[in-house]
Amino acid sequence: MSTAAAPLELERARLAYGKRVVWSDVDLTVRPGEFLTVLGPNGSGKTSLLRAILGLTPLSGGRLTIMGAPPRRGSRAVGYIPQQRLIDPSTPVRARDLVRLGLDGDRWGIGGRRTRERVDALLAAVGATAYADVPLGMLSGGEQQRVRIAQALGTEPALLLCDEPLLSLDLKHQHEVTALIHAMRRERGTAVVFVTHEINPVLPYTDRVLYLAPGGHAIGAPDDVLTSAQLSALYGTPVDVLHSQGRVVIVGGDDEHVHHVEEAQE
Amino acid sequence: MSAPALLAGVLPAEVADDWWTRIFDFSDYGALLALVHNSLLAGLVLGLVGGLVGVFVMQRDLAFAVHGISELSFAGAAAALLLSIDVMLGAVLGSVVAALVIGLLGTRARDRNSIIGVLMPFGLGLGVLFLALYPGRAANKFGLLTGQIVAVDSTRLSLFLVIAAVVVAGLVAIWRPLTFASVDPDVAAARGVPTRALGLGFMLLLGLAVALAVQVVGALLVLSLLITPAAAATRVSASPVAVPLLSVAFAVTSAVGGILLALGGSVPISPYVTTVSFVIYVVCRIVGDARTRRGWARRAAAASEAEVAAA
Repeated sequence: MSTAAAPLELERARLAYGKRVVWSDVDLTVRPGEFLTVLGPNGSGKTSLLRAILGLTPLSGGRLTIMGAPPRRGSRAVGYIPQQRLIDPSTPVRARDLVRLGLDGDRWGIGGRRTRERVDALLAAVGATAYADVPLGMLSGGEQQRVRIAQALGTEPALLLCDEPLLSLDLKHQHEVTALIHAMRRERGTAVVFVTHEINPVLPYTDRVLYLAPGGHAIGAPDDVLTSAQLSALYGTPVDVLHSQGRVVIVGGDDEHVHHVEEAQE
Repeated sequence: MSAPALLAGVLPAEVADDWWTRIFDFSDYGALLALVHNSLLAGLVLGLVGGLVGVFVMQRDLAFAVHGISELSFAGAAAALLLSIDVMLGAVLGSVVAALVIGLLGTRARDRNSIIGVLMPFGLGLGVLFLALYPGRAANKFGLLTGQIVAVDSTRLSLFLVIAAVVVAGLVAIWRPLTFASVDPDVAAARGVPTRALGLGFMLLLGLAVALAVQVVGALLVLSLLITPAAAATRVSASPVAVPLLSVAFAVTSAVGGILLALGGSVPISPYVTTVSFVIYVVCRIVGDARTRRGWARRAAAASEAEVAAA
């Protein structure tokens, strides 16, 4: 495979704020259609990685390319799905308007009506046709995330960044949203970089895991990275990885789940 | 039964009669109409500006900022009155400075509200001081707070129209990215939209719009043209085309309708404008609530579930 066509490539990539090194020596090539799950405690640089890929934060060292080119603000090669957030029901934005903003919201002026068919096709692809004209604030969390997937796919990106899209969704919607993202990458060959705290909903689809931790990082298949020995080494303290009924439970080291929920409610 | 007769039921006849003629007296209406030709045009243009700006004020949750800016605009106008320079110029300066300070310092909603809370009484206090020092007619003073019917004369009208044109042209130019940045800031930033610059740009346009509104309805009641119409429009529609159009229609109806009604009375213009605007809001709210009860959000839930299963 030609490396120039890789949706995302990092070479000895390093990110530091002043003297504090967030991560360094990250070597990673994400293939088209690959599902990369990014795990790690708060402050381990998951968000910084996304910001670097979006061209919002420059690397401190090394190289990062998207389809062989340096990251650029507003690149149409990168789609972005944020976490679900509360939207006031009276905000005058319908599902179809959000998708449309993903298509041409970065252009100046008022805009014409040429996008309608494209928006309809995107909404149909994610199964959101039934509520295309419903104000966004009246949709459930799962429905909102479905619309956001359509929005992110609008520019036909080679790379789809998912920034904790499952946060504050119930279990059923978590599975629906991940299954949909999986279906879309299969159908379109879009590579997925999925940042999450909850490994289990994405475990069935994950090709590789990038685990960022204070003591370094690990990249590999879930079974190779999510082991007691590997995570204990990353955290520098004993960590147990337990397998129970097809689920992975990580005990010790990473106890910040509670903090994150509080953040989400802010 | 006529309205004075209605009032007479609860009040002594001569008092009711007097109140009524002060609020509504349409004798000599034609002659008066000719006198306020400029004000009507200003009202029409202000409706257009207020209706459009209001859509973004709602989306960006800036209602309190509008109120804060209008108090600073009042201080600027009062200072101009005292210094015998153009009152509109003073109003514009005051509101633009306030808008930029709020825009620069208050990027987070909580910071913004406290900054406005600090600025607003200071501005109002300054305004009161300048008016107290002003030796001229009391009507001029009161007009800045509650609006006056003949506020806009021919020389001021052209400045009024130029500022309005700048606001409308500026809004049209940044409409799409500003909508994106307002309703979906995270994704807009990820898509490369300069959200912070757009926010500041909008504050500048908002400052100009407030300065216009202060001329017609007065500093205390600017919200009735910059928020109420857009709030009413979002009760009955969520379409990005219908909401601005309805908002403009409501704001024009309030401003022009209010001026036309005010001609028939000797009280300030603002109670007419605010009442028309309020009635429109109440009607929209009733219509919107009825629509929500009937199921605005209703859809074929089963259909989308089936599609998921298929995928």
